[in-house]
Amino acid sequence: MILVIGEQRDGKLNRATWEAVAGAQKLAASTPITVVVPGGPGGNGASAAANEIAAAQVKEVVVLEHDALTAYTPDGFTAALQGVISQLSPAYVLLPHTYQTRDFAPKLAARLDRAIITDVTGIKTGSGQGAVFTRPMFQGKLTADVVPQGPGPHFVTFQIGAFRIDQAARGAAPASVRSMPASVDASAIRQKPEAPFQQAKQAVDLSQAERIVSVGRGIKEQANIGIAEQLAKALGAEIAASRPICDSGWLPMERQVGSSGQTVAPKLYLALGISGAIQHLVGMKGSHTVVAINKDPDAPIFEIADYGIVGDLFEIVPAMIEALKA
Amino acid sequence: MKIAVCIKQVVTREWQPRLDDSKTWIREQDASFEMNEPDQYALEEALRLKEKHGGEVVVCSAGPARVAQVIREALARGADRAIHVEDDALANADAFVAAAALAAAMKDEAFDLILTGLQSDDQGFAQVGVILAEKLGLPHATIIMEVNAEGGSLRVKRELEGGWFQWVAMPLPAVLTIQSGINQLRYATLKGIMAAKKKDVKKAAVPSGLTAHQKIVSLYVPEKSKKTQIIGGSPAEAAKELVKKLRDEARVL
Repeated sequence: MILVIGEQRDGKLNRATWEAVAGAQKLAASTPITVVVPGGPGGNGASAAANEIAAAQVKEVVVLEHDALTAYTPDGFTAALQGVISQLSPAYVLLPHTYQTRDFAPKLAARLDRAIITDVTGIKTGSGQGAVFTRPMFQGKLTADVVPQGPGPHFVTFQIGAFRIDQAARGAAPASVRSMPASVDASAIRQKPEAPFQQAKQAVDLSQAERIVSVGRGIKEQANIGIAEQLAKALGAEIAASRPICDSGWLPMERQVGSSGQTVAPKLYLALGISGAIQHLVGMKGSHTVVAINKDPDAPIFEIADYGIVGDLFEIVPAMIEALKA
Repeated sequence: MKIAVCIKQVVTREWQPRLDDSKTWIREQDASFEMNEPDQYALEEALRLKEKHGGEVVVCSAGPARVAQVIREALARGADRAIHVEDDALANADAFVAAAALAAAMKDEAFDLILTGLQSDDQGFAQVGVILAEKLGLPHATIIMEVNAEGGSLRVKRELEGGWFQWVAMPLPAVLTIQSGINQLRYATLKGIMAAKKKDVKKAAVPSGLTAHQKIVSLYVPEKSKKTQIIGGSPAEAAKELVKKLRDEARVL
């Protein structure tokens, strides 16, 4: 069987769990799938989220409840899930590649001394060597086909958006949901988490923008942000950036697009000097029309662009502003 | 406070992808290398903690002989000494092997705090720090944007997705993976570069019996998921043509 580890917060299912179920269905259509949802007891706990994912075409959903799982900790989740895996003996353990997964899944795999392949974007089956997993490497400049080594279960984490929610088959009737007591020694949990918070109220909601001009390292220095802003104005677009620009303080953090920033899907996404590292692409690949302007013809951003210009943005952007006046 | 920083040497950002004959790894002989960017932030954070609390910063790296370059760089920026787990096979090792190699070389040092970048710019596993913590029996936290280490305890700010954060406390010793942008990087001074030449770099061997947990069977330039129209011509011509296509073809203006 295949085990999918679902994710929830305050009883609300993380939508990426559906993507992981879609990945599980793709991996082995005939193999029974069990989804386990760890969390706290009660109405705002794991069971609320479990009932939602039970609509998927899976064999069963296991609610892994414990007071010590109400707030996420890597120690607590590793201990609880280690118990589930030893009881169910899955061939694969699949997870969405969320920040929470990144925090505990390598620990869980290391504790069991099993392979873990992270950030997977595709599955190839039928080659005779078992499933082959595709993942980006070298900031997306190359793709690797990877096979896990050693005994199972093999852990695989799926990049957000690698499988679409609407690809996940729904069951004719809801799957059975059963509760499993988690075996966790609360006193052995070393991390003491506080409540999650948002740094500052998001003054800019880029997810609603129709057009976005986004700048990356290719802008070279802070003084050059101005020409991108002029282009944004001429296009009626919001200005945004990749992480390094916000790290440098050239634009505020609230204008960052990517896995640690905002996820956007405008009609037009114009990427200026953005190479297209995977952390950026997951935040904007749902955009309708993507334009990339970059001096590097091998930049991964061109792989998802509808229109591309290979050249010097400092020549092209002023020319675009001029052309838009016409 | 005795702080370790695990750094990796990776190909430079400007590197143009070229594969070796096996098509399962890159052609290393014509690549140039640099310190993995998130690891640079981990090093900077360690240096700042040392400036505040005193102690020592030990830089640890697992890789072939070429890794000496980034070790010298870290020593020039202010690390006190280094441990180099040296083996040609570490060039493309998976996270289990890298973490096990580091753990073996680090376990007797009794570090108070171990920092590393949240992931590498080459294979990008985002696993080594977490597996290292498990192998050393230490608590950990990942994707850290602020570190407070007052009075023997640790309180760190974890980045969650979509602009959310969370403070987490844990006892020392511990392992943290550091997010890019946590601080402003310093660069090596001439004095630092001179001083680095005299600093101790201890060589360690990879423990025997480590086996890879994953294998690259093929490495290739990604297939395009979209048909990209590349617009040529002079900058003025290309800009004009692009604006025309955005208006008339894509209809997004």
